[in-house]
Amino acid sequence: MSRRPYLNFSYFPGCSLATTAAEANESIKEAAKVLGFNLLELEDWNCCGSSSAQTMCKNLSLGMAARNLSLAPPGRPLVAMCPRCLHYLRSAQECLRSSPEVHRAMEDHWGRPIPLDLEIIHFMEVLVRHGLDRLKVHLQRSLQGIRFLPYYGCTLFRPPRFQKEKYFQGEMENIMKMLGAEPVPDALAFRCCGSFLSASDPEIVTPLVNEIIDSAVAAKANCVITACAMCQLNLEIRCTSKAKIPIFHFSEVLALALGAKDYEEWWPRHIVDPRPLLEDLKLVA
Amino acid sequence: MSLPKLQAQSKSRDFPAVEISQMNRSLAADIRERSGTQFQRCFQCQTCANGCPFVQAMDYPPNVIMRMLQYGMQQEVLRCSTIWVCVGCHTCSSQCPMGIDIAAVMDSLRFKAVEEGVAIAKPNIIDFHEEVLRSLERYGRAHKLGIMWRYKVQTGRWFKDMDVGLKMLVKRKLELRPSRVKNIGEIAELFKCYWRESK
Repeated sequence: MSRRPYLNFSYFPGCSLATTAAEANESIKEAAKVLGFNLLELEDWNCCGSSSAQTMCKNLSLGMAARNLSLAPPGRPLVAMCPRCLHYLRSAQECLRSSPEVHRAMEDHWGRPIPLDLEIIHFMEVLVRHGLDRLKVHLQRSLQGIRFLPYYGCTLFRPPRFQKEKYFQGEMENIMKMLGAEPVPDALAFRCCGSFLSASDPEIVTPLVNEIIDSAVAAKANCVITACAMCQLNLEIRCTSKAKIPIFHFSEVLALALGAKDYEEWWPRHIVDPRPLLEDLKLVA
Repeated sequence: MSLPKLQAQSKSRDFPAVEISQMNRSLAADIRERSGTQFQRCFQCQTCANGCPFVQAMDYPPNVIMRMLQYGMQQEVLRCSTIWVCVGCHTCSSQCPMGIDIAAVMDSLRFKAVEEGVAIAKPNIIDFHEEVLRSLERYGRAHKLGIMWRYKVQTGRWFKDMDVGLKMLVKRKLELRPSRVKNIGEIAELFKCYWRESK
């Protein structure tokens, strides 16, 4: 096998992965290392602004996302793991593109250039573009026996103004199938997890989360794999259904298939313990 | 051959009467400008209402908001709970056969409601967003434990959700220490903004 070159990416972890979803951050780094992707954390990044800035103050929302764009070194794509961060970073870039005065004002304000051709992509796009043949070479543990509901999170491909941008539907299934796992059809893969209502109005969110999990169980899935750390959290903490199945971060399952060894640290951070399933399938010792 | 029966709406809704004299004729143009979407195309097919995961928690389904906007019913659309319950998941926007970005309309209505200072139908949601912003102002990043602690104490909902909070703490899902931006001066600059100054 010829050695493939390392590919460099700027990496935007986002607030969830930096703290509450540390297991997603650790697993994505392990997977990237095996696949030869160099994820260089964006120096001194800040929160993308999230729904809260978007709701309360348009300028703040744009400013927070734009500061991150001003920190990105040119010449390498900016990779986000959280669909919501991806969405706000792209929205800000879109806004700067359409309004040269605002763009100039932002550049002057930070004293740094903000390149408008910076590519902003989700980690899944990195895999699809550069990693599919690498996946086959580095597969260490086949995921045979994993029957999963692919859960994308609402913002990964939805908003109409990004309709011409990268489209991710089906990519998680393609990647996981290559690793031996089997997606279930006919479950609520695109139903919103409730987002911030999970914190402010849990009574609205619980029945919705139960519906999602019940649909996965009815389709005979033994787990859910999410592309979004907030969805992962909401699906875990707001589920009151009797049937409980583990909710994995996409990166955890990916890293596991690629032979990750540090997974002992990840599972205790889950509210629904995935170890019985993984032990049953002989995926972990 | 019989057609499949449509499921009856589980709860019947009362919609407000349209008072011609109360119509605000500039509302539609204002929201069109803010949202950049053509909601006058809406012909009430109700695809948005059928797809919205949160419609049961709203006082008006999204299609009714579109109609009320067309009619210029400013008080109704700014005071409703719908605009606050909407989390912007874009299910409606992606399914609308007329290509209306309904989520963007909701977004514009939230801003206008805050600007106009009308009574907010779901003040607890604003409280939550403000706690998040205070955390961002302090650290440059969101610190979930701090946000949830202050939000729950402030709204008196702490005990309601205690079991979940404790479970998250045990699982280290709520980090004790925040992750911070080093150049906090740049973050302070950002917060010289409408939200801070309107306080």
